[in-house]
Amino acid sequence: MDFRITDDQKELADGIRTVVAGRLSLEHLRMNEGAEAAISAKDWSVLGQTGVFSLTLPEPEGTGLGMADAVVVFEELGRALIPGPLVGTFLAASAGLVDGSAEGAVQVGVHSSGSDQILVAHLSSLQALLVLSGYHRTTTARILTPAPSLEGATRIAAPLCPLTPLWHLPSLPAGDPIADVGSRLVRDGSLLTAALQVGHAAETLDLAVAYAKQRQQFGQPIGSFQAVKHICADMLVRAEVARSAVHAAACLADEPDVVASEAAGGGRSAEQVMARAVMGAKVLADEAALANARAAIQVYGGMGFTWDVPLHLHLKRARVLATTFGTVGQLSAALSALT
Amino acid sequence: MDLRYTASELTFRDELRVWLGSTLPKLPAPPPADDWPARRRFDAHWQRLLFDSGYAGVDWPIDGGGRGSSPIEQLIFKEECERAGAPYVGVNFVGLLHAGPTVIAEGTVAQKERYLAPILRGDDVWCQGFSEPDAGSDLASLRTRAVRDGDHYIVSGSKIWTSHAEVADHCELLVRTGDDGHRGITWLIMPMDADGIEIRPLRTIAGSTEFAELFLDEVRIPVENRVGDENDGWRVTMVTLSFERGTAFVGELLESMRLLGALHQVADGLGLMDDLGLQRRIGHLTAAFDALWALTKRNVSEAAQSGIPGIGGSVFKLSFSEHAQALGDLAMEILDRAALSGDPLCGPDGTALGNEAHLHAWFKSISLTIAAGTSQVQRNIVAERILGLPKVR
Repeated sequence: MDFRITDDQKELADGIRTVVAGRLSLEHLRMNEGAEAAISAKDWSVLGQTGVFSLTLPEPEGTGLGMADAVVVFEELGRALIPGPLVGTFLAASAGLVDGSAEGAVQVGVHSSGSDQILVAHLSSLQALLVLSGYHRTTTARILTPAPSLEGATRIAAPLCPLTPLWHLPSLPAGDPIADVGSRLVRDGSLLTAALQVGHAAETLDLAVAYAKQRQQFGQPIGSFQAVKHICADMLVRAEVARSAVHAAACLADEPDVVASEAAGGGRSAEQVMARAVMGAKVLADEAALANARAAIQVYGGMGFTWDVPLHLHLKRARVLATTFGTVGQLSAALSALT
Repeated sequence: MDLRYTASELTFRDELRVWLGSTLPKLPAPPPADDWPARRRFDAHWQRLLFDSGYAGVDWPIDGGGRGSSPIEQLIFKEECERAGAPYVGVNFVGLLHAGPTVIAEGTVAQKERYLAPILRGDDVWCQGFSEPDAGSDLASLRTRAVRDGDHYIVSGSKIWTSHAEVADHCELLVRTGDDGHRGITWLIMPMDADGIEIRPLRTIAGSTEFAELFLDEVRIPVENRVGDENDGWRVTMVTLSFERGTAFVGELLESMRLLGALHQVADGLGLMDDLGLQRRIGHLTAAFDALWALTKRNVSEAAQSGIPGIGGSVFKLSFSEHAQALGDLAMEILDRAALSGDPLCGPDGTALGNEAHLHAWFKSISLTIAAGTSQVQRNIVAERILGLPKVR
């Protein structure tokens, strides 16, 4: 057993950082705030060419990697606040459901909310829409190709996240069931969403720590005050605990033999072992992302409450993701049945 | 990044399982709480069984007489022992986890020959004289004084939180031989039968008496009992910390997971599990303990590769201690009036509630944010040593 991040995984993360710094900087991405398309087709194809959506496809179409690698990549995408239907497009590519998804030529959304409100993100850019449940309930996975029409859909004029455009729909078409890989899509979608959340938790921690070292009040850096130090320490704890949970669940997704052995040892089914790991990871990652964004805003003080400082974007994106694949409340309640 | 045990790790685990399966049923019943002489006999017997089967000191290096197991094997050892319900490390935890490793790292050849084997065999018990009434989190301000007199030190002062002092043979003792601060401290081995030692038991909020205060009045300790150089005791103490491989609190974590499962069953039996709030709290603790188990595996993996103790230990302890307290509070709420009883009680269907175990765990959880570095000190460590925030006092 070696549960550390490997050198290859570090390289993978560094590669994403390089691409982001060069072509998908936050300054560049923020030009689309409030726009109908949160990310241009050209920028989306950059992600496709980088291999973000085809990580787990076998070579030569993809890179032949596992979910343990994919969560490392998605943590970086979360850190960088990359907009667009990242999870849906990855899932569609991984199951070969929509042509062009692996290359980033098309965008595939995912609607996985259990709420009565049907609010679909990025609708005008979508070629297809996956409809999935979270682990807290069982429904049939479906795919809507083409994506629901904009006719009859109402664009939300004031979406919470300025880089997550939303449309309100009265209902969703039935679409086509995807029974065979449905549970895998729920598993991987939940995991990748949790990985994005870890990215938000980690990035807001880094931003808060950097600011606490540099911002001077009372003649010294505010990071020298224990009251501020302890906020930052708690942020690190939340991020590390959540990351451990996400990595463990991702390893289990790649290692069915380990799942089987844990199931046998604990008197549970393999599905239950997997569900417990993924739900726990999503719960802790949601909480870490939301709490750390809030804490970073607190460390920044008044500047943290401004539009210019990107902390609110992390808070808002984290809130968006927290409503997908089951909320903290739904998932933690469902987890109690597996305790 | 993987969670798969290697073939040799699985062999280690399977052999251990077989041994635990055949050995544990033959153990005598554990002694009553707070009968420390009986506890010592029980723990010494268990340690002897471990020794005779090659499982004594799995975390000690081979040249110290231990098994020299890898950090992953140490983790497996703790996991299997906990799952099988084996006894805890017991009254000699100071000898096995701290004093022994210190002698291995810093002791003379004569000291190693004299002290190490009796610890592994279960013959000797050690206690710790580090903290003082006025030196807790600020340990380096300790004032127990040692004055050189020929080939002896003459030691006077007082120590506190000395676990199992009344059944101990030796005490790892930090004394002041020089100036104030870290550089005037010396590490001594104090024989507990020396003249001038008064032991006063200290009762905890749980009512238990494992702690004691030590009052030292001109206790004569041979100079040959000094480990490391005079005034170099702080460094000696810190060297010992490098033996930590990320497995501290593994037993406590696994016990918390077991208690949570038991509590869930009790709540079910009491017909409480329709309560959505209760479902969420139980589910949330499940997620947290699972994540901490994963974090443990990462910390141990890092220690296995680098040989350097991960600072992840502070991260783990901060989170675990808070969740253990949340578990304790949840147990008290679910047990309701039954939580007022330290005597075992049964629910309406006649099954045991385990209230006495939950009450004990609740008390213990309160100490977790205080012992082994308070959570406030741990947050300072995390902020300064991991995050690099400025150190200002």
